[in-house]
Amino acid sequence: MATLTARVVPLPIKPGNGRTLVERNFLVYRRSWIVFVSGFFEPVFYLLSIGIGVAQLVGDFTLADGTVIGYAAFVAPAMLASSAMNGAIFDSTYNIFFRMKYAKLYDSMLATPLRPWDVATGEVTWALLRGACYSAMFILVMLALGLVESWWALLALPAAVLIGYAFAGAGMALTTFMRSWQDFEFVSLATMPMFLFSATFYPIETYPGYIRWLVEITPLYQGVALERALTTGHVSWTLLINALYLAVMGTAGMYVASRRLGKLLLK
Amino acid sequence: MTAVAVENGRRQFDYWLTVYKRTWKGSLVSSFLLPLLYLAAMGIGLGSFVDDNGTGALGGVGYLQFIAPGLLASTALQIAVGESTYPVLGGIKWHKTFFSMVATPLRPADVMYGQLAFIAFRVLTTCTVFLLVIAAFGGLGSAWGLLGLPVALLTGMAASAPVCAVATRLDNDAGFAMIFRFGVIPAFLFSGAFFPVSQLPNWIEWLAYLSPLWHGVELSRDLSLGTAEVLPAAGNLAYLMAWFAVGTWLAVRGLTRRLIS
Repeated sequence: MATLTARVVPLPIKPGNGRTLVERNFLVYRRSWIVFVSGFFEPVFYLLSIGIGVAQLVGDFTLADGTVIGYAAFVAPAMLASSAMNGAIFDSTYNIFFRMKYAKLYDSMLATPLRPWDVATGEVTWALLRGACYSAMFILVMLALGLVESWWALLALPAAVLIGYAFAGAGMALTTFMRSWQDFEFVSLATMPMFLFSATFYPIETYPGYIRWLVEITPLYQGVALERALTTGHVSWTLLINALYLAVMGTAGMYVASRRLGKLLLK
Repeated sequence: MTAVAVENGRRQFDYWLTVYKRTWKGSLVSSFLLPLLYLAAMGIGLGSFVDDNGTGALGGVGYLQFIAPGLLASTALQIAVGESTYPVLGGIKWHKTFFSMVATPLRPADVMYGQLAFIAFRVLTTCTVFLLVIAAFGGLGSAWGLLGLPVALLTGMAASAPVCAVATRLDNDAGFAMIFRFGVIPAFLFSGAFFPVSQLPNWIEWLAYLSPLWHGVELSRDLSLGTAEVLPAAGNLAYLMAWFAVGTWLAVRGLTRRLIS
């Protein structure tokens, strides 16, 4: 009866209906858990390769404020931020596009009491839960390798989830504009340069003035700055600006995504 | 008989070329831009810190010249494996074009040879552009480094053929995630492209020697720096060719079983 009323009378949006979608994804991934588990290895391989191999070639870094830091401890938080970005982007672009266009999953979902907003929040929640698992494991590996230098690192996991939120929201909004798989080249066109140049592998001070400014306004740089400050303990008030940037980006993305989903699917 | 086989293979290659003429734009970023960005970020950006720290571990070579031949071989491997996964399983499972091909006088072997020829074409075009850029950046140690192109081609094919063989035996694409996560990415990171494998723990060092990529990286770097010696180079070449030959044999067998039963 309640369901019928909800269908006939358009009630205001209830929070929590995305829950059913999270449950659905959980059930699906129970059947391909090995794909889920293997996702954890990729950032760890990067960390080991750079932490063991390249770190010996680079030696120690002297940062702008004069602190000396081992190269692995410098790179690790950037890898954490990048993998949070990559995971969220993958879940919110390729997976969503497939479900929308080929599996026609959302068409069937919107034939139930679920609304576009529930679909958007549900998918983003799932992406964040999955990302949080990977980030937590990554932070434990950092801890085991002695790359965590401050108690502020307790906030590194929520910060990784925030990075995931920003990119999942933006990725989902972009996906609703995609026409074919070819358009995904634009996604790598944005994420790969960010991965390589967002002060991930060397300090931001390396860049000349205007390029530095360009790097500083990219979202991944915000995430790298946040994670690096937390794991090395060089915390300051400017981190709140980084966090706010990411929060606004995610929320704006989610809003656009749910509007567009409604337009695309509820014709 | 062989003339027929060559002609059939050529027609197959022609098919893939026609497809690529319509879709090449989609591969611009991953094939051409990405390796260039890696070269800039690692070779030049990070390289300045490596060089400041002293290049003793690299035998006195600047980081850009150390890393460029390694990146060339790694790029060849990544392009080749990428073209050996989804396109092959797609031809069998999703668009089923391979079935329509063998309904003509083409044999499964011709289909596989055509596929491999197209992969070779993709590797060659990408690596040629990359090599020119490396040369322009000053990443080549000597003119011998131009021989990195055939080496990159062989490295790509040595990885491509066995991956095709696996793809003909898969039911769904979950296996590809495993190939990338436990094959391609570790090979890319630990095959001596970014740092000498002697820095790795002993047992990982031995795993690196097993990977075809290490042999490709070693060979193209020795050529580029002008430090190649005949015997080790012949060993690297033979190892890569063995991967290619066995891989091709398995791939043809796998495709034949899948298409004709």
